[in-house]
Amino acid sequence: MSAPASPAMHPAEPHAEPHHEEHHGPTVKMYFAIFFALAILTVVTVLAAMFDFAPMLGKEMGGFVNNLVALGIACTKAALVVLFFMHVKYENKLVGLAVVASVIWLAFLILITMSDYLTRTPAWADWKLFSR
Amino acid sequence: MANLAASLQHHFADFKQQKESVVLGMWSFLVQEVMFFGGLFVTYVVYRSQYPDAFHEGAMQLSSVLGGFNTIVLICSSLTMAMAVHAASKGNRGAIAFWLVLTIVFGSIFLGVKVVEYKEKFDHGFIPGIADHGLRVNHETHQPRPTGFALYFGLYFAMTGLHAIHMLIGIPILAIIAINGLRGKYGPEYYTPVEMTGLYWHFVDIVWIFLFPLLYLIGAH
Repeated sequence: MSAPASPAMHPAEPHAEPHHEEHHGPTVKMYFAIFFALAILTVVTVLAAMFDFAPMLGKEMGGFVNNLVALGIACTKAALVVLFFMHVKYENKLVGLAVVASVIWLAFLILITMSDYLTRTPAWADWKLFSR
Repeated sequence: MANLAASLQHHFADFKQQKESVVLGMWSFLVQEVMFFGGLFVTYVVYRSQYPDAFHEGAMQLSSVLGGFNTIVLICSSLTMAMAVHAASKGNRGAIAFWLVLTIVFGSIFLGVKVVEYKEKFDHGFIPGIADHGLRVNHETHQPRPTGFALYFGLYFAMTGLHAIHMLIGIPILAIIAINGLRGKYGPEYYTPVEMTGLYWHFVDIVWIFLFPLLYLIGAH
């Protein structure tokens, strides 16, 4: 995979770090950046939860938007942790496949279960089911 | 220093193959954990869709401030865990132990806050399985609680409880890894145990990232 750095390729660098930098992994700076992003998103999700969308969108649609924002932020935070703290961005594709598979199976679990529960009553299309 | 011959198991051709197998194995375990918690999450979705008002009222009994504080604490512990793995990859013994001890401290703060929260809920009589307690009637207004209120608290204790058990298991593992790190068992060529412990700890963080909005914030507006 990694060709030994020949002097011809890097004539200006006299024998600089021959081995350890061959995989460009995460850096300390990046870890702190991810940490601050997670902290800011936590504050945003609290503020968004306190914000009432009902006057703008109606009670039910407003509640739905609140849920959508909360889960959207949670998924973003989880993705940041998985990709950078858990190094999935730097692992081989098989690990990524395992992660994606778990998310898909969880989605199946929820979607198929709810396709039952949400269609049991005549009010199956009622937004109330999603909004509170 | 790290004993390389001892760290490479005989059934692997080389370190690269061993590392890839271990990482995939750990992720398989974490995928199983997603399904483990997934059962509780789908239960939550089902009952919240059936009893939205009760879940709303249940969530209003929790303190978003304490929940938010704990979220930040766990994010801090994830950062220190990532720093510990980084220190291990550089073979810096003192730094491995330092960051892991800090991770343990943050984890313990989280659990301490959780104890305070549980105590307060028990004081209000929100104890699943005990009939005719605070789960049936509001002790202040003497109004009956809505149907499904007990389900909310059953799920609250089951989900946060399972999460807390994961942390209680994680903290001794962190301590063992910290001691091994201090003894110089990990270096740039072999620090897989530190990294795998990190994966577990970050996973526990992710579970909380979802529990926080689902349990604490649904009654905030």
